[in-house]
Amino acid sequence: MSEARTETGSEERLADVVVVDYGLGNLRSATRGLERAGASVTVTDDPDAFADADGVVLPGVGAFREGMENAGPYREALVDHAEAGRPLFGICLGMQMLLTTSEEAERAGQGDVEGLDLVPGRNVRFSTDRKVPHMGWNELDVERDHPLVDGVDGEHAYFVHSYYAVPDDGDAVVASTEYGERFPAVVATEAGNVMGTQFHPEKSGETGLRILRNFVEYCAER
Amino acid sequence: MTLTKRIIPCIDVDLDEEGDAAVYTGVNFEDLRYSGDPVEMARKYNEAGADEFVFLDITASAEGRETMLDTVSAVADECFIPLTVGGGIRTREDIKETLRAGADKVSINSGAIAEPSLIDAGADAFGSQCIVISVDARRRFDEAGEQYVEVDGESCWFECTVKGGREGTGLDVVEWATEAEERGAGELFVNSIDADGTKDGYDIPLTRAVCESVSTPVIASSGCGGPEDMEEVFVDADADAALAASIFHFDEYGIDEVKRYLADRGVPMRL
Repeated sequence: MSEARTETGSEERLADVVVVDYGLGNLRSATRGLERAGASVTVTDDPDAFADADGVVLPGVGAFREGMENAGPYREALVDHAEAGRPLFGICLGMQMLLTTSEEAERAGQGDVEGLDLVPGRNVRFSTDRKVPHMGWNELDVERDHPLVDGVDGEHAYFVHSYYAVPDDGDAVVASTEYGERFPAVVATEAGNVMGTQFHPEKSGETGLRILRNFVEYCAER
Repeated sequence: MTLTKRIIPCIDVDLDEEGDAAVYTGVNFEDLRYSGDPVEMARKYNEAGADEFVFLDITASAEGRETMLDTVSAVADECFIPLTVGGGIRTREDIKETLRAGADKVSINSGAIAEPSLIDAGADAFGSQCIVISVDARRRFDEAGEQYVEVDGESCWFECTVKGGREGTGLDVVEWATEAEERGAGELFVNSIDADGTKDGYDIPLTRAVCESVSTPVIASSGCGGPEDMEEVFVDADADAALAASIFHFDEYGIDEVKRYLADRGVPMRL
């Protein structure tokens, strides 16, 4: 299937990437951004499609509980994909879903809603002594090497969120930014194949397109 | 905090005689002047370094809706910066289809005044961050308000209007902004009927009053004549974003030029 698709595309396609359609939010910009970055993109709600993909993207706009509920049917396929060492990239809410749980669901009286637990930790809300959501362009400080953040240290990225990730293991933090306090802008597992950005690369202009290109190239190399 | 202030070009999109989407810009309250193709303008501002892009559907007609969603999608394809879409959003389904068309945020104005629970429903389903509540404020100097500020030595309150300022609602802007935030609005988009089209600067007392009463980000709109007006609204009113239309559409100023002017004066900018 994926080979046939590659052959029909005349321009160079570096990797086949699946964008998971879990029924919420804006998939279009993530799709267009990945395409511009050189990916052949399939938007799908079919977990069987993950197996054929070079990489899987969990896009993100929405609330944690609805996101996790809607992602329920894909949970196993996503975990299998990640545990097989293949690239999985969570964007914004999609990144938060990589963690174990979120205060967002707890605050809404929905108890513990289980995340994917691929990056152990929880998502917490900004305290109210500043404007929430944290919305706008903020600076990326790269903390450690990871292919995703190649060439973007000190650049600005676009954030829109009220919660942020607190991984149990500080080494999961690849890049950080500051909004009243320092928090993770990019996380990744030790193996590196599971990664996420709190900001929206597909909305972060040239810097964001660079990150998407980094991801697509990483997928191509796997 | 290193969060930068945002510079946002805005397009008002209507259907032209052929039924295609086109950008129109009001000039001094008078005629709407044709000022370009929405997709071309999105591309232009994306490349010019705009921090965000606002698309307002001013058709207000059911038949225009389909064309507008297609246009939103075409614009979204060129927009690797955040895209806010407003105009005619009245239901949870409207929010959903606008987001699905490629908007990152929806701006809701009279739809939320008519049905405030739309804010709760939208925030619950899609997250507060994509629910922008837009108000068209008008200065009033009578006794009917709730929250007063001093304007030119007089006691003034701000009323939410609908239908482009032609109809008052009696609702106090500051009260409404506070309620909208409590219901889950993630951002407030503050237009001024008094300042609109004047190019005399943003309504500073209005913007400041809203900024002081909510903790969500505030986009100041209406009245921008140049970068000095943006400096004023950032410094004196503490707005998070400044929106402008005609100064950019008619190339009176470039985005980059405005951002450099502001950065030189100490306003945090993404350059």
